[in-house]
Amino acid sequence: MARTTTKDAQALFQSLRSAYASTPTNLKIIDLYVMFAVFTALIQVAYMAIVGSFPFNSFLSGLLSCVGTAVLAVCLRIQVNKENKEFKDLPPERAFADFVLCNLVLHLVIMNFLG
Amino acid sequence: MAAIENGKKEESVLRTAFGNVLSFFILLLIGILAFSIRLFSVIKYESVIHEFDPYFNYRVTQFLTKNGIYDFWNWFDDRTWYPLGRVIGGTVYPGLTLTAGTLWWILNSLNIPLSVETVCVFTAPIFSANAAWATYLLTKEVKGTGAGLTAAALLAMVPSYISRSVAGSYDNEAVAIFALIFTFYLYIKTLNTGSLFYATLNALAYFYMVCSWGGYTFIINLIPMHALLCIVTGRYSSRLYIAYAPLVVLGTLLAALVPVVGFNAVMTSEHFASFLVFIIIHVVALVYYIKGILSPKMFKVAVTLIVSAGLAVCGAVMAVLIAMVATSPTKGWSGRSLSLLDPTYASKYIPIIASVSEHQPPTWPSYFMDINVLAFLVPAGIIACFLPLSDASSFVVLYIVTSVYFSGVMVRLMLVLAPAACIMSGIALSEAFSVFTRSIKFQLLNLLQSKKIDAGETITTDSAVTQTDAAKPAKSEGIVKERPSKKNKKKEKEPVEKATVRSRIQKKLLVLPLEASVIAILLLVLLGAFYVVHCVWAAAEAYSAPSIVLTSRTRDGLHVFDDFREAYAWLRHNTDVDDKVASWWDYGYQTTAMANRTVIVDNNTWNNTHIATVGTAMSSPEKAAWEIFNSLDVKYVLVVFGGLVGYPSDDINKFLWMVRIGGGVFPHIKEPDYLRDGQYRIDSQATPTMLNCLMYKLSYYRFVETDGQAFDRVRQTEIGRKHFKLTHFEEVFTTHHWMVRIYKLKPPKNRIRGKTKRTKSQKSSATASMKRSSRKRNPWQ
Repeated sequence: MARTTTKDAQALFQSLRSAYASTPTNLKIIDLYVMFAVFTALIQVAYMAIVGSFPFNSFLSGLLSCVGTAVLAVCLRIQVNKENKEFKDLPPERAFADFVLCNLVLHLVIMNFLG
Repeated sequence: MAAIENGKKEESVLRTAFGNVLSFFILLLIGILAFSIRLFSVIKYESVIHEFDPYFNYRVTQFLTKNGIYDFWNWFDDRTWYPLGRVIGGTVYPGLTLTAGTLWWILNSLNIPLSVETVCVFTAPIFSANAAWATYLLTKEVKGTGAGLTAAALLAMVPSYISRSVAGSYDNEAVAIFALIFTFYLYIKTLNTGSLFYATLNALAYFYMVCSWGGYTFIINLIPMHALLCIVTGRYSSRLYIAYAPLVVLGTLLAALVPVVGFNAVMTSEHFASFLVFIIIHVVALVYYIKGILSPKMFKVAVTLIVSAGLAVCGAVMAVLIAMVATSPTKGWSGRSLSLLDPTYASKYIPIIASVSEHQPPTWPSYFMDINVLAFLVPAGIIACFLPLSDASSFVVLYIVTSVYFSGVMVRLMLVLAPAACIMSGIALSEAFSVFTRSIKFQLLNLLQSKKIDAGETITTDSAVTQTDAAKPAKSEGIVKERPSKKNKKKEKEPVEKATVRSRIQKKLLVLPLEASVIAILLLVLLGAFYVVHCVWAAAEAYSAPSIVLTSRTRDGLHVFDDFREAYAWLRHNTDVDDKVASWWDYGYQTTAMANRTVIVDNNTWNNTHIATVGTAMSSPEKAAWEIFNSLDVKYVLVVFGGLVGYPSDDINKFLWMVRIGGGVFPHIKEPDYLRDGQYRIDSQATPTMLNCLMYKLSYYRFVETDGQAFDRVRQTEIGRKHFKLTHFEEVFTTHHWMVRIYKLKPPKNRIRGKTKRTKSQKSSATASMKRSSRKRNPWQ
């Protein structure tokens, strides 16, 4: 039972890897950015768990800025992905401009809330 | 052929242009209508701020315009909740005051010198016009321009919204309803277009809503519910992700930015739904993504693996969360939200919330009064939303269902039902008009053609075209007359040649007989006329009373009762600036705003114990009440008394709440002491505790001098105890109609054990026969 499970898991990983390798480079870059943001958020949570959450607004703004920019990058990836039929009329420059605008608003709020 | 096509295209462009210009003018008229229907109170009375809460907002706006925004943000108000004070910057929703302050500042910098009061009075009508335009935009996204215009026209007049946004009702809901509808519009727009730009705007509109009203929790729970509904019904799409996920992150941050919300944005249960659905939507998005890149067999393997591992992790996280939430006694919800979910909660645990008249459940007639005809157009609209069902229409259906539930719990939330009802009714009316006019057009076309068919001729294409072309100018006047001008629907040009084709098309278009359609349109127009008449009546008669000035019609004409302002003006001119005034919490805001004196409790009922102290004092005998008031440094006590003129909202009618709230904190106040046969009475059958309490004495002191019988016009009886003297208080002012009575606390005498011989003073000329305290040891006589 366990052996079939591990074999299944390995087969799963192989197929995932091969499927992912075929995605275009620009999407891979966006994925890397998302991974980086999530990783930073996890580090912040670990730090808070160790040191305590005293200026809670700073912790909250740091965490939410990482999560926020990850979410926005995922939205950008959705809009730029050529396989997405819903967004084929949207020029990628416009998607990127929206991404930048939303990030600007997000970071303006963050800077205000950081204290 | 090409020429005909070009001609058709030009015609459609012209038609679209004409429709757009017409829509613009209609919207302009709707805005003017929304503004002017709210002006009745200004015309009937004067440009004055109404009720109680708006006076606080007005005072805060005055402070803002005088001292600037930094002082406003850091303002600590020591003239209220004496001796506690109130942090205004941290406990007020700043949206309304900042909006009005900005309007005033813009107008003044353009050299239009309007006073702050004028700007405050007219803020609500301006924003109701904006709300009507926002409703047009929202409904246009759901069903199209025709429905949008109808919904906007309905919202401009709906009585429920008028009641909270007349000129002079300067309260949070005036701008909050506009913010609510606008946020919903931007959410639906993002959902329909999938554009991140609109998602940003949506978050900013949500920020404006959080600034304006505590009802923003409705938005942050409705949108996750809708996202969950879409996921569960299989309508997940990447546009839903773009509409929802940035809103949660940005919205939470922006909500935490407003001081009155602060960290509640992440810590209270009201926001947990949004986080839960945030996690769920990410899981769903990941599942769809993996499904897209894997083969079906591998996907099944992945599912089994993930489900087994994930369930364990999920269970652990849920256990931790539940443990955290269960430790708080209210499970993390605030008192007001809990009373919405469980309507009996407030009456059992929090008498303050239960006592506010706006928090009572509405009666059935109030539905008909407040949304009138819309009440039975709403189900038709719900059905119309299902044909066909889209993301936007499912959202509106969810909105109306939840708002109907909440309006059933608290009458104040009828206000949230009003936009939903208008949208639904607009959709229903527009669909109905569409079907009827289509039928009329089709039937008329048929009528003119059937003559040819009856003659036995087969109609060729050319002759049919010429026939329709010839019939069109003759018909167009007839059609324009019957079709209401709000329509901008697409024209269906069906070439009707043969009877079979005709009948098939007839069936597909759901065409009704001609006479039925004409009569139906006339009836619908009549329905609209009834609605308009009712709305104007409600605005003029029912909802325009400023409640600070009262009028009544007598045989001699109009009689005006301006007692409240008279009393506040007396306080302002005849007392010291630092004197403290005690009254029931209803009048706190008005006293600080108009009389400019420090009060003990006011309408922002946040401190139950402090209010209970005042309630206990009002329910205690004179000496105990004097002690309590003296410990609070009170100099003047203000009571409202309606017995002479028949004003029913006076303090004796509110007395039961004073007893209940006071008894909730101080156990020596027991409600049964004041009841005779389960009723509060002030006539000769009243209990001795009732006849000796401070409220009774301050209300009825010297009342017998008015008509000799001491007949109370509100309670419709003679009072129980007619001749008595006040030992610890002295009357300093009673207004013209005895509606407001002001008393001063007597200072204690210097010598306690004084002479027993009675000294001649202004107040004690004759002893009262019913004095129970021993005369020998009473130092105040």
